[in-house]
Amino acid sequence: MPTTLIAGRPIDVNDEGFLVAYDQWDEKLGGELARLIGLELTDAHWAVIRFLRADYSLRSETATLRRASTVGGFPIKELFELFPGKPAKKMSYISGLPKPKGCV
Amino acid sequence: MKRLVILGGGTAGTMIANKLRAALGKHELHITVVDRDDAHHYQPGYLFMPFGIYNTSDIVRSRHKFISDGVDLVLTEIDRVDPAYRVVHLADGRTLSYDVLVIATGVTPRPDATPGMQGKLWGEKVHEFYSLPGAQALTDAMRRFRGGRLVVHITEMPIKCPVAPMEFTFLADDWLRKHGIRERTEVVYVTPLDGAFTKPVASRELATALTDRQITLETDFAVESIDNDAAELVSFDGRRIGFDLLVTVPLNMGADYIARSELGDELNLVPCDQHTMVSLAHPEIYVLGDAGTLQTSKAGSVAHFAVDVFVHNFLAEYRGEPATHGFDGHANCFIESGNRKGMLLDFNYTTEPFTGNFPLPVVGPFKLLKETHLNHLGKLAFRWIYWNMLLPGRPIPMIPTNMSLAGKRVEKEVSAEATGLPSIGAPSSPPPPRPAAPAAKPKLEGRSAPARPKAAPLAKPKGAATPSQAKPKPAPSGGYVDRPGVDSTADPATVLPNPIIPKF
Repeated sequence: MPTTLIAGRPIDVNDEGFLVAYDQWDEKLGGELARLIGLELTDAHWAVIRFLRADYSLRSETATLRRASTVGGFPIKELFELFPGKPAKKMSYISGLPKPKGCV
Repeated sequence: MKRLVILGGGTAGTMIANKLRAALGKHELHITVVDRDDAHHYQPGYLFMPFGIYNTSDIVRSRHKFISDGVDLVLTEIDRVDPAYRVVHLADGRTLSYDVLVIATGVTPRPDATPGMQGKLWGEKVHEFYSLPGAQALTDAMRRFRGGRLVVHITEMPIKCPVAPMEFTFLADDWLRKHGIRERTEVVYVTPLDGAFTKPVASRELATALTDRQITLETDFAVESIDNDAAELVSFDGRRIGFDLLVTVPLNMGADYIARSELGDELNLVPCDQHTMVSLAHPEIYVLGDAGTLQTSKAGSVAHFAVDVFVHNFLAEYRGEPATHGFDGHANCFIESGNRKGMLLDFNYTTEPFTGNFPLPVVGPFKLLKETHLNHLGKLAFRWIYWNMLLPGRPIPMIPTNMSLAGKRVEKEVSAEATGLPSIGAPSSPPPPRPAAPAAKPKLEGRSAPARPKAAPLAKPKGAATPSQAKPKPAPSGGYVDRPGVDSTADPATVLPNPIIPKF
């Protein structure tokens, strides 16, 4: 499992670059992770990220887009606008959480 | 005498009732099964109906014929479960008290969850085969089809029998060839996943099988709506895929009484332990079959293996002994690939599907992830096994409850750590504790607009009484862990200067 410097701090990540420890993340790091993938975070982004972090702390599982929509109240269309392309993957990356489980 | 109430008389519920009735006398355990009707459907058979291989009489049997004497079968809708009083309220006003409750009501397709799915094209150009009426309507549509673009589509994961859409595609390809219209038909497979299947080796093998058949694969497609005027699938990121015949798998959700009882998540699935199937919120409730949150396929084979574990543990606890069995996520799925051939997948929580032989090394006789006629025969034979061995609760020879690596060509060991699911090294250990609430419990700061399920999906962690007793989280997904402290403890000499940026 590699460790990389992000925002000047050593951070443990997996081979794909996702954080592997919930507590190594803070909001400053979140901002840097967003910058690395070309996103500048607005209040709208932060509302989603804070929801994902809080939801994870209760369930040990990253919210899917559907959960962010039905439980968090963020319309899926808006998540696609905020995190274009692959919103579920981008949201979890920036929030320092695992990718939502690919279903089986 | 204990009272066991089983909600759902499908694959899992029927097996549990029959196995426990055989093991314990009526004076020892009172068993009640609740279902809305007396029609037991062999759901894997829906797939074959549109191609004229099975008809309704092959698929539907009477539930009560397959449930042992000495089990009460109550036919009515379920209103709600009240876990505090351990009582089930039925729609007709009756109540059933229980000591142990099994939720085995599965999932159903919800075409109404996608805007436009049930528009004017529903039943004309837009079809599904996850229900008997849907499969019947599609049978007629296939007969009327004269070519054009056939789109096979998955709305959202998880779905039951996740290989069924792929099988439908293979069978359709074969059927179109035999009817001389394959050359006039473009076949497109549209999935919300980033590949043909969820696991790498199977995804690769299945993608090859699609390419070999000139079937186009469209990935990462999150459907927003179906445009009935244009006859197009529309994604949230603005892609449009036109169709002359759309065969979709609608969103799959658990039963509505689960939402009314505040027992489920946003898909009405009941969160449960991955190895014991016990509800994370209520220790006297178990979740079997498709109704729960096991991180493996929603499939009859999984229900069968998980029921074996549940029954063993139930009987042990009944006798006052420790429950020692843990489910490993074992799934065993035949994939019909057309032209009288089939493939076979065998996997569990920690081992993805590989190629090889099954169940025995070298001799097989079945081939994993390879198209053979014998695999096809295995698939067809399963219907007989289902009615005659599986439902009555007879053991199925050769196929162990827990997965075996024998005969598999392991390409890359996927460790328990990598998938985040604990292996079953210590079977007697209790279910892993739920994450403890942190001292300053973060509030869910979602928008206020939609009604947020209250306590149920975010159930109070069991065994984490106070924050001071808080234990670290169990290893959750992706080998993801809590670490004390904020920075990595890695040797500074090994720290890479540049971040690894995922591909999006």
